[in-house]
Amino acid sequence: MFLQQFINGLVIGSLYALTAMGATLIYGILGILDIANAGAYLIGAYLGWYIFYATGNIALAFLLSMAAVGLLGVVLQRLIYSPILAKPRTLSIIPLVAAVGLFTMSSDAVRLICGAGTKAYNFKFPVDAFHLGGVTILPSWVLIFALTAVLLLILWFILNRTRMGLAWRASAEDAEISRACGVNTNSAMALSYILGYGFAAAAGIMVGILYNSITPALGEVPSYKMLAIIVLGGLGNPLGTVIAGLLIGLAETLLSVYTKIPIPKDAIAFVVLIIVLLIKPSGLLGQKNKV
Amino acid sequence: MSAYFFSIGATAAIFILLALSLNIITGYAGQAMMGHAAFFGIGAYTAAILNGMGVNFWLCLLAALVMAGVCGAVLGVISLRLQADFLAITTIGINFVMVALFNNLKITGGSLGLNVRKPMLFGARMTNTHFFVLTVILIVIVCLLTVKMRRSWFGMALASINNDAAAARSFGIDVNRYQILTFTIGTAIAGLAGGVYAHRMGFIASSDFAFVISIQILSMVVIGGIGTIRGPIVGGILLSFLPELLRFADNYRNLVYGGLLVLMVRFLPGGLLGEGSPILKLWRRIRGKGVGVHE
Repeated sequence: MFLQQFINGLVIGSLYALTAMGATLIYGILGILDIANAGAYLIGAYLGWYIFYATGNIALAFLLSMAAVGLLGVVLQRLIYSPILAKPRTLSIIPLVAAVGLFTMSSDAVRLICGAGTKAYNFKFPVDAFHLGGVTILPSWVLIFALTAVLLLILWFILNRTRMGLAWRASAEDAEISRACGVNTNSAMALSYILGYGFAAAAGIMVGILYNSITPALGEVPSYKMLAIIVLGGLGNPLGTVIAGLLIGLAETLLSVYTKIPIPKDAIAFVVLIIVLLIKPSGLLGQKNKV
Repeated sequence: MSAYFFSIGATAAIFILLALSLNIITGYAGQAMMGHAAFFGIGAYTAAILNGMGVNFWLCLLAALVMAGVCGAVLGVISLRLQADFLAITTIGINFVMVALFNNLKITGGSLGLNVRKPMLFGARMTNTHFFVLTVILIVIVCLLTVKMRRSWFGMALASINNDAAAARSFGIDVNRYQILTFTIGTAIAGLAGGVYAHRMGFIASSDFAFVISIQILSMVVIGGIGTIRGPIVGGILLSFLPELLRFADNYRNLVYGGLLVLMVRFLPGGLLGEGSPILKLWRRIRGKGVGVHE
């Protein structure tokens, strides 16, 4: 029973990690809290649904949806975020306000275009659920685990083994000095958005397959939970995000099964966040003096 | 027509009060408060629970003010440890946790919410008109207080903290004390607004204080012009009455709302009537004061 819940929590947690990764990459470079990532997650899930229904090919749905949403991310970065960041700001949370606006728009646009009702993916796996010593493992869990692992490995490879990744890490360290050294910080920003929004789209499709339903309200819970996760992971730290995502997934599943706390599952992330921040104000893996 | 006006007007006035109080925290002290509706809710529920015990209307309001202020002071203490982005997320978190608590605790009526008896005034039940007048009086008081505050040592200290907290500290300004004080004042006013709201609506539920409401209040401040008194008032009036005027476009309300937010911060981050606002420049040119004169 415990092992079953544990695996359950890990599956949810890896989805959280993937969803929050976009926000982490964007924060790492631009230093803004991009709630609109949850909009990418929502749009990704719907685009994937349409492509899957038109072609019947789930791999194509993943690829096309991720590419399209990633591209949308770059467009938003060029048209909205970069110009806002270029201006002197009266308030540090102005980009967050823009992100909230974009997210509100995306939810409502999806509702208006695709209808307010639920859509079912009805994706049939070629294999059935299998049992391993009293633990049931669904094929969708295997897919989520495997795909998350592959995507995170690709991310690790890009960040640590390519020139583009070097540029990203340099820009995240200090954008101004990197620019002075000839690093193209603009393309590093674009990389953040392509990968970040693409990952969010993939997470959206996976959630659609896992629960077999998508609605225009799909992005609401991730929009704020994502923020809790990236803060826990120490803002802008990809590894920390993975750990925090898994941790929140586990905490939610185990706490709601084994304890009787008077708050719903979705608020647990923030309770954990508030407690951690009170003890360690820079997050779980945050640097002490990062201003 | 006038009944209709006062019905919307009473709500609009409450939201203007909220926008003004948020402006004290985010506008003057520069603190990233994203969960203002939580304190609005704390005030509303405090007033509603006391109302249920038969406590006098004015005492309910006072209790709402004190309760929210005390919670705000605690947040103020927490805020000292957190830098802007962390504070923004923490306050979002507080908003969600508070709504979850309102929705699950027995004392707040759970998901059924709480009923509030309408208070009596001069032997008659208070109507929307009364609530409107009462809230407008509160708005005027808050505006006067804000003007006085800005011109005082406290206001100047806040401005210096907003500009550069480290520099302010090195000049011997007690940054911690002022920051906690700002949170206390801002949230106390939000609690007061909550108390009025609970009595005016006659019924409250947790969704009245959701995160979207915090965003709505913040939008009023940002769209009107942050860090000014006229800004939140104009923003509050616009965002309260615009949806009524756009009733035919009700289906597109959130789309328009989100779009407005994005366009505002993209092209006019100072707000309609804030610093560097083209409307103000135009107004000054018409009045012949010339452009570029500092207020």
